[in-house]
Amino acid sequence: MGATIIEKIVRNNTGKEVHPGEIVTVNVDRVMIHDIFIPFVASKFEEMGFTKIWDADRAVLIYDHLVPASQVDDTRHFRIGNEFAEKYGMKNVHRADGICHQLMTEAGYVKPGDIVFGTDSHTTTYGCVGAFSSGIGYTEMASILGTGTLWIRVPETIKVEITGTLPENVMAKDIILKLIGDLGADGATYKALEFTGDTVENMTVASRMSMANMAIEAGAKCALFAPDEKTAQYCGITLTEKERDLTGDADAQYCRVIQYRAEDFVPVMACPSNVDNVKPVSELAGKEIDQVFIGSCTNGRLEDLMAAADILKDRHVAPFVKLIVTPASRKIYREAAANGTLEILARAGAIITHPSCGLCCGRTGGILTDGEVVVATNNRNFLGRMGTSKVEIYLASPKSAAACAVEGRIIVPKVK
Amino acid sequence: MDKFTGKVWVLGDDIDTDIIIPTEYLALKTVQDMAPYAFSPLRPELAGQIRDGDMIVAGKNFGCGSSREQAPEIIKALGVRCVIAKSFARIFFRNAINNGLLLIENDKLRDAVSEGDEITVVLNHFIEHQGAQYPITPLPQNLVEILNAGGLVQAMKKRNNSKGI
Amino acid sequence: MGMTIAEKIIAAAAGVETVKPGDIHTVELDRLMSNDGTTHLTIDMYHKLKNPRIADVNKLVWIMDHNVPCDSVKTAASHKKMRDFAREHKITFYEGAGVCHQVMLEKHVTSGELIFGADSHTCAYGAVGAFGTGVGCTDYLYAMVTGHSWLLVPETLRFNLKGKLGDGVYARDLILSIIGQIGANGANYMAMEFGGEGLKTLNMSDRIAVCNLCVEAGAKTALMEVDEITLAYLKEHGREPKHVFQSDPDASYARVYEIDLSAIRPIVAKPHFVDSVVDAKECVGTHIDEAFLGSCNNGRIEDLRVGAELIKGRKVHPLVRFLVVPASAEVYRQALAEGIIDTFMEAGAIVMNPNCSVCWGSCQGVIGEGEVLISTGTRNFKGRAGHKDSFVYLASAATVTASAIKGEIATAADIAG
Repeated sequence: MGATIIEKIVRNNTGKEVHPGEIVTVNVDRVMIHDIFIPFVASKFEEMGFTKIWDADRAVLIYDHLVPASQVDDTRHFRIGNEFAEKYGMKNVHRADGICHQLMTEAGYVKPGDIVFGTDSHTTTYGCVGAFSSGIGYTEMASILGTGTLWIRVPETIKVEITGTLPENVMAKDIILKLIGDLGADGATYKALEFTGDTVENMTVASRMSMANMAIEAGAKCALFAPDEKTAQYCGITLTEKERDLTGDADAQYCRVIQYRAEDFVPVMACPSNVDNVKPVSELAGKEIDQVFIGSCTNGRLEDLMAAADILKDRHVAPFVKLIVTPASRKIYREAAANGTLEILARAGAIITHPSCGLCCGRTGGILTDGEVVVATNNRNFLGRMGTSKVEIYLASPKSAAACAVEGRIIVPKVK
Repeated sequence: MDKFTGKVWVLGDDIDTDIIIPTEYLALKTVQDMAPYAFSPLRPELAGQIRDGDMIVAGKNFGCGSSREQAPEIIKALGVRCVIAKSFARIFFRNAINNGLLLIENDKLRDAVSEGDEITVVLNHFIEHQGAQYPITPLPQNLVEILNAGGLVQAMKKRNNSKGI
Repeated sequence: MGMTIAEKIIAAAAGVETVKPGDIHTVELDRLMSNDGTTHLTIDMYHKLKNPRIADVNKLVWIMDHNVPCDSVKTAASHKKMRDFAREHKITFYEGAGVCHQVMLEKHVTSGELIFGADSHTCAYGAVGAFGTGVGCTDYLYAMVTGHSWLLVPETLRFNLKGKLGDGVYARDLILSIIGQIGANGANYMAMEFGGEGLKTLNMSDRIAVCNLCVEAGAKTALMEVDEITLAYLKEHGREPKHVFQSDPDASYARVYEIDLSAIRPIVAKPHFVDSVVDAKECVGTHIDEAFLGSCNNGRIEDLRVGAELIKGRKVHPLVRFLVVPASAEVYRQALAEGIIDTFMEAGAIVMNPNCSVCWGSCQGVIGEGEVLISTGTRNFKGRAGHKDSFVYLASAATVTASAIKGEIATAADIAG
């Protein structure tokens, strides 16, 4: 019988056939720990009685939520992280290079078929290169650091097939928001999502990343894209036979198959205060906004900034509206500086911050107050996520967000 | 047969981790420092009202969102004996078990109880509320072991002690 | 009897022929600048007035710079108050344009003006020959609703500059040396006036750096003689001078200092006072956790160029957080065009959007308990940059950048070769 991508990855890892529902112990290829949780990982690790990391080169420590520090105790996390890395010989430490999920794929820490766990829920992102990656808590991270293993329940797979050509004003973000809206916030809980179809095949790895990133918002354990030539190029590798085989077999068992025609997609937004509260932008048009945020591990990549710049070129952000742009990584920032994107954005009045989580994690980067409305390209719009509980957060694609910034109200993006 | 009785606090669907503990408070040094802010975006007064042995009964997808493990730790620190929900988000589920916080999945109870009601939980068997019984599905064995050890830290400690490292 | 520049500006603003130190005059104000540090408090007081009105809204310039982008729920509320009020009353308003004083100098201030700013470093405007002075909310509000205020005519300290700063020595070293010499209250209530042949060797950025920091010696204002460099700057920014005042030969000064620019050396101000200055060499080797290149004092393109030239081809020390914060959006775009932003990014710096950053210690970039910052900011008071038990050293862009590379306090000479 055929297998889904996740079943193949787990099979390759454990050396035995697996079926959904089984509980198996996997060998972990890579782990990612970020600044918010490093103090907890460090203390749990030592409390558990471990004295060395199973393989320090497989661990990556990334400071991103707290960069630059906005509260006086934040730098404590850096100090503890630095001490932990030094003590246990961790060499892969990024102190101000951008958002963890962007760096994990961009810096080559993740390859197709890898099993990766991270202390952040959006660790599902690495499915964009065909890796099984998922978020865990700090206690489990401490235990992986000691043992190199973790138990998992082999998930059922939901196949999402998308075919055709997307309308010009629609981005991958609109697809994943629509899917989350259709599935519901718990529609894929404990399950794997597998994306196929020519629309997906024609997408950049960056776009696939936006989609895999948000799979958690439907509760998914992971989201997978079959590795292809684009993946190989992105990762700087030649795909092996085994990696090429990481596709869902024709006779694989799926618990659900969902099909979309790309032409049917329209720009959408997730409305306050749930990611699955998705509506077409056209239904929301006219609503006045106070701020726009373009950034995050969901939509802070070069293609996102360029899509925004395309709309903002020779225009200006509406009076009294703030446009905050936070590139996802140092590399992206530099590329956007080199190709003129940052100049276009700055000239349009954007506030361009250092690469980090920024507003998405709600600690800085444009906090709002009662009655304010923000259109944001990140992944969550939960109550209180970006300030008080009376802030309305609309999640959108970079094209929609940029168009709203110019207009000062919600508007369907028109592509020039 | 393990059983306990307590008062319930009733919450809705999709209680996310930003509601359980907003990011603003995550850099506080200890879980005890964070506990007073639990559920503050939704019900700022709730953390102060919960008493030892109380239970939370919620709708579907409880704990969705971030991997922040402070969420179950804080709920435990508030004295909550267990959380009963229609369903749980997966990271929260793992984190709760790893911290020895009991979770029970039941899709009927939530719509039957009112805040302040008393319920009785008979572990691994059923929940009793005003004479009605709601069945509990037993947890997989590997999770029972973690829970019995008092959480993953204790389980690992035991393992490492027995290996003599 | 002759008058100083400060006296002439006040006389003009008061509509009188002459003034002398100690006189109190009612003066007409040209501009009123306020930022997000205190504007919400001014608004609260405004609403408590009976039938409040703004005398001349064209005089008001409001600038958000202290916490941009907003970094707390509390600030978000005061920001909204400021933004809403500005919108309602059609006040000239900037958010994201940069640090208030830099924005004022780029877009508004001209020579001969009398300006109140609800920020102590308003004395920076003396660089273009304007009388700028910092005031509190109450004074600001009074000026806002009446268009005028009262002013005690200050005595003037005269600084005659001669010679030229040596290589690797900057305007910042000059003003820190002067503050060290006269002390943190050496110019209390007074105006500090700069002139002489040496002034010609200081470009506009240098002059802003010098005037900006005069409040750290207690000065009410700082003023520089207007010359062709000033006029060229104003022209470049599309402005005409209001008045060009020079001090009279027989003006009376409380004291006159002769400053030989060629004798100035790289300086560091040690924690926790700006006048606690020593030769930078004495601090070399001091451990640092963070370095900051930015602020209204030293975040201009000239300062960024100094840092970029030093760091090009080198890396920020892995354990140091090196914040590079252009003083304005204009500076940022210029630095972007010159490739300076990329030089800093390549080296591993944290390039923040134009704002006050750690200079005021309650926004992004704050330092923690026991940490040490070397900064081009304006102040090194205890707790200024974050935790109450932390340490701030003030130095030039060159020394700050060299330190960021070395991981400890170093001068440009220490990293050469």
